[in-house]
Formats: sequence, structure tokens, C-alpha cells
Amino acid sequence: MNNEAYNFAYLDEQTKRMIRRALLKAVAIPGYQVPFASREMPMPYGWGTGGVQVSAAILTPDDRLKVIDQGADDTTNAVSIRSFFKRTAGVQTTTATSEATVIQTRHRIPEVPLTEKQTLVYQVPIPEPLRFLEPRESETRKMHSLEEYGLMHVKLYEDIARHGHIATSYAYPVSVEERYIMDPSPIPKFDNPKLSQNAALQLFGAGREQRIYALPPYTKVVSLDFDDHPFEASKANHVCALCGAEHSYLDEVIVDDEGNRMFVCSDTDYCESRRAQGLTGKSAA
Amino acid sequence: MYVSVKGGEQAIENAHAWLDEARRGDTNIAEINVAQIREQLSLSVNRVMAEGSLYDPDLAALAIKQSRGDLIEAIFLIRAYRTTLPRFGYSNAIDTSAMACERRVSATFKDIPGGQILGPTFDYTHRLIDFKLAAEGNAKKASKRDNSVDKMPRVSDFLNREGLMEAVIDNGDTPADLTREPLELPANRSLRLQSLARADEGFLLSLAYSTQRGYARNHAFVGELRIGLVDVVMDIPELGFDIDIGEIQVTECETVNQFTGSKTQPPQFTRGYGLVLGQTERKAISMALVDRAMRWEELGEDDEGAPAQDAEFVLYHSDNIQATGFLEHIKLPHYVDFQAELELIRQLREDAETNLSNTEDAHEQ
Amino acid sequence: MNAHTLEGGFQDPSIDAAKAFRAIMDAMAHPGRVYTVIGAEPPLPVSKAAGVCLLTLCDHETPIYLAASHDKPATREWIAFHTGAPIAPLEESQFALGTWSSLLPLKPYSIGTPQYPDQSATLIVELPALQTHGATLRGPGIETSVQFNVPDINELQCNHRHYPMGLDFIFTAGSDVAAIPRSTEVQ
Repeated sequence: MNNEAYNFAYLDEQTKRMIRRALLKAVAIPGYQVPFASREMPMPYGWGTGGVQVSAAILTPDDRLKVIDQGADDTTNAVSIRSFFKRTAGVQTTTATSEATVIQTRHRIPEVPLTEKQTLVYQVPIPEPLRFLEPRESETRKMHSLEEYGLMHVKLYEDIARHGHIATSYAYPVSVEERYIMDPSPIPKFDNPKLSQNAALQLFGAGREQRIYALPPYTKVVSLDFDDHPFEASKANHVCALCGAEHSYLDEVIVDDEGNRMFVCSDTDYCESRRAQGLTGKSAA
Repeated sequence: MYVSVKGGEQAIENAHAWLDEARRGDTNIAEINVAQIREQLSLSVNRVMAEGSLYDPDLAALAIKQSRGDLIEAIFLIRAYRTTLPRFGYSNAIDTSAMACERRVSATFKDIPGGQILGPTFDYTHRLIDFKLAAEGNAKKASKRDNSVDKMPRVSDFLNREGLMEAVIDNGDTPADLTREPLELPANRSLRLQSLARADEGFLLSLAYSTQRGYARNHAFVGELRIGLVDVVMDIPELGFDIDIGEIQVTECETVNQFTGSKTQPPQFTRGYGLVLGQTERKAISMALVDRAMRWEELGEDDEGAPAQDAEFVLYHSDNIQATGFLEHIKLPHYVDFQAELELIRQLREDAETNLSNTEDAHEQ
Repeated sequence: MNAHTLEGGFQDPSIDAAKAFRAIMDAMAHPGRVYTVIGAEPPLPVSKAAGVCLLTLCDHETPIYLAASHDKPATREWIAFHTGAPIAPLEESQFALGTWSSLLPLKPYSIGTPQYPDQSATLIVELPALQTHGATLRGPGIETSVQFNVPDINELQCNHRHYPMGLDFIFTAGSDVAAIPRSTEVQ
């Protein structure tokens, strides 16, 4: 049901056109951060305003929207954003990954491979992969234009010298089509391989930082590494206690005062679908 | 057996209901109304209008009521509402020399044409809590001068006539609008001023104070500070003439700062400028000092590495809605990232322990 | 202004534009793939698809260049009334509309700057028909390769060489739309 007091999908048409133009340029230059005049949204910066603006600009009444935070459909922020679009765009919503046409996400890529009919919208806090190495936008923009990414390699190499490993476990930087270094948003590095050659269009929105970027379908995305320290998409070395999944990203849950813990799928829809098929883990009732 | 947490929707609804209850407080106490806030907490209303970038005292008062007096929350409500408003056009530049001044002071001259007007200021109050106000605070009518008649010339114009003050040149460019275009650097002065006008008062105050203490000191005098009403005029092309669409209260501060000069140019005073919606004096003065500090390059001064000189630093961190959103978002769930960090640190520690025991083994042999 | 100027806009602007944009975005994300768009009835010679693109993407913030093939009073009036976009010289244009030969040469259009490659023009090129045979396209958005009847292989190759700067092309014919962004390799 559409809320008559506001325009379809909340944003006014002029704002949507501005975002849509930025999206087209983002798709045309994979991995490059397009500046856009992000608007104040009725939710705080840092809580998904970039993703919400991108979703608002692409949603049609025919869409079925899924919203996840930390892989889960029922976390408070996901619930809040889903109900926002249900109210302002009147779209259908779903928790089933396979039924969704647009999926807005914070911090995860669903476990089930996406299709060409789907678009994944990421909420991005800090779009600039070089930001923690160089705080100045004027400098990082220069580095991207000159493809001057030595600083990033030095940082990763210093990690190895100090820890024996690249000490980045999420928001792990990637190289897009051998041109731009991109921040994939704070997804665990376990999800990085799903960025590459994905059949779905992937859009990234950073509201506070006023940037939009994109990965068209089948774009080549490589996680940065070294020959002698190849990238590894790691996860907890356990199986899901509820559905028995061996290859899904796991949350660690502390279950009692003694600090005992169990591991369960972070992707709640994936876990539930498996259990519906009768698959169980050792803690399932 | 473990069951994952459900019912986020219900939890959110319950929290909102509790928030409503807390906002109202003790129902035995009369509810505050919007007009009371507008009239009696007018400086809060002014701050919300200034940083919310929307001149509407009633709406600002309502936002303050809704936000339980949290002004940044109220500013946020105003900003989010403001973006949904259609934009019909741009007004002409307001003429502050035609201001009906409620307050006007200059620190640089003992007397000025048009006179100094103290107006409704805290300046010379003794900061003693007035316990009588706890009972009632009905005030007598104050005697004031009719300020609508005089056109008050600007103090800087007097200095200007002697050539002592740097001239301000209107290059005729349309100022940029950072609510419609993304901030790109370097930002010109008009864009910087727009950003400062809606910046967080506390942030600007601290930056301005830092310049006074020597972090890019610019020797500011308040050339003039004026508060009052100005007309807002819009040119309507279809009508072929200008129409007056209303009046707004603004605070304007022009500082007279230490001079620059060169072999070819005799020394001149320089300016800092602050203009803020409503009676917002502290903010306008702070703005003028920070504006002046950011002009170092154009005035041929040294980059001292002072925070107030760093336009990129100032502009990217002055907006309290951006700042509070990002700051507070760290309380959202981050357990997926944290899990990735847990795995990593466990692995690093395991490796370190293995290395350590290998080294010990080597020593023992 | 004639009566036709007032006609041919979106019936339900926010919904029509949302649906049209999805098709245009999908076209840009899948170079060489043909999509159908509806909702605009622009005056000839502007195709329906080109009309939809203008209504969806343009407003007073986007200067449009009309190549000679499309620079007609009726077109100008229709664009002014339905989008408010200013008609501009090609160097200043964010969008350009015309037939391929009429839009040439490509050199004077803005291809962006090394720091802001997004500040480049998008050319809406009217073709007689969009066909999925002809040149071979590869690159982001394409799983292996696709075929598309590009108007001039050399020009598109030359454009791709500027990457990440460069022009982006939206091809239109009737109600059909397809796109080739600068990232596409054309052979």
C-alpha cells in the first residue's frame, strides 16, 4: 500500500533522476566511485541511506524486495528498511533469496548464487578503499586517476611481515577489471569470491560519503593478494549446528554463562530453506 | 536448543511506544505546546532552523518537542523533511544593509552611524540563577528604539572608503548548492560559507577558538555584528517583477582581521564572514573566524597545518547529521565483521604460539 | 507552441520512469542486449525509445545537444515542456540526441577527466533497427560475448581506448533500446 503523503519510493522525481544518472555512469565504469548529491533521508547516515537511495531509484511496483543485515532478514535495521519500502513504494517483500528481484544488503552476500534477474544493493559506510591509508579525498582521487595503488600493496605486505597474514578479514579490497581498486563494503572476505562473475547486477550506495559505484554482471573482480600469500576466503572451521551446512558463513553464538558456543548460518534464509528440506545439524530439535 | 532471535518488528514497535511515553513524561504535568517552545525556547528554535537549513519557527518548535529537546535529533527531523519539499526557485540575495536591526554592535569603533544597539543579549547579565523564574517569568515590556526607520550602513564600508579594507568583488557567479550537488574539492568560498552556515555550532565554536589560541591565528575584531529582519525577494520571470515573499531573522557577523600586503599592494585589513538564520550570535562569530582561517591560500598566508585552515577537514566533519549518524551506527549489529575478526585473531595467535614454541624448541636443542 | 508539444509525456510519471529506468539500467549493465520501453510519444523524428530516455534521465540540470537530424522546433518544444532541459552546444552537453552520422564527429563531446571520468556525455543514437548480429562485444556485463549491429566499429574501439574516460552510448529504434558503455570492447 502506497503512502499518499509521499512520492513513489519516497524520493522526489528530480532526486531519482539525479541518482539514476549516477547509476548509469557507475555501471559504465565498474568499480569507480561516482559522486552524487546524496539527500538527507528519514533514517540516520550510517544506517543504510546510500543503499536506500539506490533502492528507491531502481525499484518498480513489480519488484519483490528482500532486505538483509548481517545475512538475516529479521535484524532490526533490515526490518526497518523493509517496512519503509513496503510503505513508500508499495512493493512486495520476501525473505526468500530466490524470489527476490532486488536485495538490499548490509555486510553479506547471500549464499545461494544470484541470477541475471536480480539486483543486489549494498549499503556502504566508507566507499574509499584507500581511506584508512590516506584520509584526504583530494589525494585518494588522484591515486585512483593515476592507478597509483602502491600504498595498498605496501599495507598488505606490512601485515604479512608483522603477522604472517594479510590482517584484513572484512571489507577486503578488490581490483575490478584490472583498473579500479574497490571497497566491497564490510562483507567478510569469505564473500569476496561471490563478487566476481556474478550474474546479478551489484550496486553500491554510500549516502553520507555521497558515492555510488557498481559491478555489472560477469565483471572480473580479484581480491588483492601476493603470489606467496594467496587470498583465502576463510570462515569458522565448523558446520552449521542447525542445518549442517558445511560451506556457509557462520555466526558464533554464545549459548550459556559458561561461554559455550555454537555456530549457525549467518544467512537465515539459506539455513531455513535447508531445514525445510529436512537437513539438520547436531543442535536442531 | 538454540532458537535465533525473531520478532524484530514487534521489538521496534514496542521501543517506539516507549519512546512516546518517555517524551511525554509525567502526565500529571501539563503538556508543553509548540507555541510555548517557539516563544520561550526561541534560541533552541533558532539553532534548529540554522542547522536544519529551513526557516520555519513552528516546524522547528514541533521538531524540538518530538525530539524531547535533543537539538541534533530535531535538526535531523527538519533536514529529512526539507529534502522532500519541492524547489520552486531561488530568491535574490538578501540585503543585510537594509536589515531592521534588533541588535547591532561594533567592537572596532566607539560609535557608529545608526548607533550601537545592544538588543536582547545575555552579554551584560550576571550569570546568577534567577530563582524567581521557577515561580513565574512574566516580563515587563522593555523600552526599545524603533529600528525600522534607519538604514544602517556597514562598518566595513567606512573602512572600505579609505581603502583600508579588502574589497569584496562580486564575480557574478551563481553560488553552488551543496544540497543539490556533491561536495567537490577544492571548494570555493561561497560553497564553504554555505557549508559553515549549516555546520554544527559546537564544532565551529571549537575551531574558531583554536584559531584564537594560535592555531592559524587571524587577529579578529568583530567589525560588526547585527541581528534583525530582512526581506526575502524573488524574481518571478513570468510576472516580470520582483515580489517580496516574506521576512526572516538572520545574524550577520563581519570580522576585521589582520592585514595582508605585498611590495605592490599596501597593507589592508581582511575579512571573515558569518551569516546564520535566526538569532545565533555565537555561531555567526565562529563562522566568520573559521571562514577567515580557510582563506589562507587566497590571501597568500602560510599553511600552518592548523585544523581550521584545512578546508577538506572542516567541510567533511562539520555536519552534525552526518557525524552523529556515522558515529552512532557502530551500535548496529556488526557480528558478521566481528566474526571475521575473531577467526583472524585466533589464527594469528595460533601461528604466533606455534612460532614461539618452535623457537623454544630450537633453543633447547 | 503547438498542441502536440503538450502530449506524449508519461501518464504516471513516477511509475513509468521507474519501469523505464530499470530497462535502461539493465541495457547499460548488459551491453548489446535489446530491451523494450514504453510510455513516451515524442514528435518525429524522435523515436519512442529515445523519448523515454529523455523523460527518464533529463531535467533542467542536464544540457542536451540536438544533432542536426533531430534539431527541429517540435523536438525542442517537446523537450522543453516535458523535461525542462536546456538545449546546449555539444561541448557542454551531458546528453546528445541524433542519428549516428549526424552526431559525428565524436571528438568534441566530453569524455570526463582522469579524476572524474563520470563527467562525460551520454549519446542517444537513433538507429534504423537494433539487431543482435554484427560486431562482437566483450567486457563487463557480458558473460562471454554478444553480437550487436554497432554503427561503426572503429569509432567505438577508439572510444574504448580512452577508458576509464569515454562516452556511453544508448542506441534506440522504435521502442527498442540497447547500450554500449565505454567499458565494452568491440570487434
